[in-house]
Amino acid sequence: MTRPRSLRAIFAWPLAIFGIGLAGLVVALTGDGWRDAASWAALSAPVAAVFWAMRTRRT
Amino acid sequence: MTRSSIRTWAIVHKWTSLACTAFLLMLCITGLPLIFHDEIDYLTEEQPVFGMPGIGSSGTSKGLLSLDDMLARALANRPGEVPLYMAFDNDQPSMTITTGPRPDSPAADMTIQSFDRSTGKLIGKVAESDGGVMHFLLKLHTDMFLGLPGMLFLGVMGIAFVAALVSGVVLYAPFMRKLDFGALRSSRSARTKWLDYHNLLGIVGLAWMLVVGLTGVINAFAVPIEKLWKANELAEMTREYAGREPLDPARYGSLDTAMAAARAKLPDNNPQFIAFPGGTFSSNHHYAVFFQGDSPLTERLLTPALIDAETGRFTDARQMPWYYQALSLSRPLHFGDYGGLPLKLLWAALTLFTMHVLGTGLYLWLARGRTSSPAQARSPAAIAEPAE
Repeated sequence: MTRPRSLRAIFAWPLAIFGIGLAGLVVALTGDGWRDAASWAALSAPVAAVFWAMRTRRT
Repeated sequence: MTRSSIRTWAIVHKWTSLACTAFLLMLCITGLPLIFHDEIDYLTEEQPVFGMPGIGSSGTSKGLLSLDDMLARALANRPGEVPLYMAFDNDQPSMTITTGPRPDSPAADMTIQSFDRSTGKLIGKVAESDGGVMHFLLKLHTDMFLGLPGMLFLGVMGIAFVAALVSGVVLYAPFMRKLDFGALRSSRSARTKWLDYHNLLGIVGLAWMLVVGLTGVINAFAVPIEKLWKANELAEMTREYAGREPLDPARYGSLDTAMAAARAKLPDNNPQFIAFPGGTFSSNHHYAVFFQGDSPLTERLLTPALIDAETGRFTDARQMPWYYQALSLSRPLHFGDYGGLPLKLLWAALTLFTMHVLGTGLYLWLARGRTSSPAQARSPAAIAEPAE
């Protein structure tokens, strides 16, 4: 049986993806060009996380 | 977290989700094509050839026809009607002029004509009641063809969705106590597998789902927000006109004079639209010229300049209040139309994530009896501890 994880461990990745996503949603509002590209990168994080989990965390 | 508080959150999650799932699925299905409505329109409609391509109709470039001229052309096509709105484009010389039988005509009676302001040519005409698949989807998405009650109802469904998201995050912790981030136990029971997918897609899509959910709620309350502005700020700005008879459309003065008076007060800004007297966005006596901010961030934050529609004299200009600014910013954040095609594709991907979370959530509820022990199935707290 595995040891229960702390709240910090449970929410580390979700919080990072949440923060990146929120920043991505806002940054494209402030202008065009690199800001749009930054928002694309940021909002790709959730999609990338799911692909990563399907490749490496599927048991 | 104690067992009883987990149980409470599980009850909140179950009922808020059940309340909104069917409507949220409808919103996702209709929302998917709406994300791409510009691209779909571009492919399915003939593109006009502009006289001065790339010159915005909102500007003051030489060669653009006068506003009075444009209005006269629109009214000549709609004899007996009165002007309601005139809206501008920052990128092309196209503009729209909305007319209707009366100054306070409802949207269903309005006719929108598109013109090229550099040539004066009519480039398209739509009645608000006209159909088309995209219009059908938009109506279904905003009010399910039920008008204001439909909008408000969908707003309440949005609030339930946000509550389901928040309670879902709280429940994520006890579910993941013994699992690594991203664990997908796909060789276990179907229920375990879909539970893991539900948790993963829900938690990684959370920022987007919360923002699109909350901005959807704000958009659903657009009508009361507009009414509030009209009753408070607008009434205060036009206090000296209170109690006067509404201005007869026959006495409307020059739009170009009014626009010049408005531009003199806000010299660096361009107008997004003009609201004529008697409608939702103006008093009974004013041209309300809604100016955009002069930077990308402030472009969506409007400042109306009120010009006496008879004399062309400036009355007042004030930034919209915070609650209206929230509505203005909620539009791009809900539509996803502010960062090019890649952002729209990500918007679509995250809509699919949301549909997946809704679908797996519904499955988990329907399959709730199929756990190993019947005692577990009955207790909402038990479903929060599936990890072994």
